Amino acid sequence: MRVWAASCAACHGTGGSAQTGIPPIAGQDKAVLQQKLLAYKAGTLPATVMHQHAKGYTDEELAHLAEHFARQPK
Amino acid sequence: MVTLNRRRLLAALGGTAVVSLAGCATAPAKPAARVVVIGGGFGGATAAKYIRLWAPEIDVVLVEREAAFVSCPLSNLVLGGSEKIENLTTGYGTLQKRYGVRLVRGEAVAVDADKRLVRLASGDVLPYDRLIMSPGIDFQYNLVPGLESADVQAKVLHAWKAGPQTLALRRQLETLPNGGVYALHIPKVPYRCPPGPYERAAQVAWYFKQHKPRSKVLVLDSNPDLVSKKALFLKAWSEQYPGIVEYRPNSELVRVDAASNTIELSFDKVKADVLNVVPAQQAGRIAQAAGLLSGSNKWVGVNFQTFESLAVPGIHVLGDATASAPGMPKSGFMANNHAKVAADAVIALLTGRTVNPEPIIANTCYSFVSDTDVVHVASVHKWDAAQKTLVPVPGSGGLSAQANAIEGQYAKSWARNIWADALL
Repeated sequence: MRVWAASCAACHGTGGSAQTGIPPIAGQDKAVLQQKLLAYKAGTLPATVMHQHAKGYTDEELAHLAEHFARQPK
Repeated sequence: MVTLNRRRLLAALGGTAVVSLAGCATAPAKPAARVVVIGGGFGGATAAKYIRLWAPEIDVVLVEREAAFVSCPLSNLVLGGSEKIENLTTGYGTLQKRYGVRLVRGEAVAVDADKRLVRLASGDVLPYDRLIMSPGIDFQYNLVPGLESADVQAKVLHAWKAGPQTLALRRQLETLPNGGVYALHIPKVPYRCPPGPYERAAQVAWYFKQHKPRSKVLVLDSNPDLVSKKALFLKAWSEQYPGIVEYRPNSELVRVDAASNTIELSFDKVKADVLNVVPAQQAGRIAQAAGLLSGSNKWVGVNFQTFESLAVPGIHVLGDATASAPGMPKSGFMANNHAKVAADAVIALLTGRTVNPEPIIANTCYSFVSDTDVVHVASVHKWDAAQKTLVPVPGSGGLSAQANAIEGQYAKSWARNIWADALL
């Protein structure tokens, strides 16, 4: 799991703690993160690039990612 | 072949050990294993950091020839004049202080894969249990007649590795007269950063539009068409820089005459005030020296579950130097993502864990078409068991709808975050 999540760190910072300018995802509420990722995937939440990334993952994978980042320290 | 010189070997390790112990009080007296990483770019620096982050019991030695990392992403903005190279430069000190990576400044020149040793230009020898190589690209000047000697290479620049060449090309552009011609030659794919040349054309045009509006940007592409973000670049060039950018496909290079700043192409001959030739590329030479390139291969074949070389066991290769999987660009973002899969696999292999068999990695490449406006291309790549490689996930990825300033802000933030992810 950590290695899948590490891909996201290239924009969102190591462990999901982005420095600036891109929303940090570490320590956010799991349900909110999951809901957002699914909405990006469905195209119901506007985005510049996240909709294109979210479509690369199954719903289950997105749930795992949400759970992982919810557990990371802010 | 490497000859083990015991005194030099001890000297090399002793010297680096002194440096690392100061910043890493938790370093075990006897590490579980040692990983040597060659190359401190987007791939190598990330791999070194993540191995220490995930497995502090493993000793990591990072071999890098430069004193600091200078980012290729955003370096075209230095040519345009809206960014400074200092802002693109990050030192290696934090990798050492915060993560206990041992830094060795030097150049790896040979690998003995049987004895598991890396030899440096200094003569020092580094033993490893697993070797990670992220050597980037080297230029094939033998394929650019007229550009073989160091003298002419100092005049006809590539600026395709950010650093002194970036600043030198900027100076050439500053001395170019209003009404002068800047010609950029692009090699055939694959090369580092597919959209990079088209971004560069836009950045130079942005500079000309403000300061030298009668000047021209001639894009001489060996390829039959733009290889990345075609519609977005063509729109930006025609709307923002009409009469400045001219694109000429199928411009295969025949020879360069540096004395007259002339480039001879298969169907044309162009004289420029500033000639910028991006030569054909191959994996960094150390990959060749280590025997990772067979026959006429220019790039290193790897198993994308582990990034281990298909030719030589125990050596993992990341980034631009790899023979890219389908739809996978040679980008810093990809190298960063390669590094994490490789770090996880190397730890698993050294500690007897099972390697994650299903890597998922992604890419986002931002290109600036002005000082503020950006276009992106994104993709997600998953392991395909049938094809035994990473492939783009159908329906995922895509492009910007149009150039926009919101993504310009994201692009600058992305750069800061990925530099930090690799080095801080």
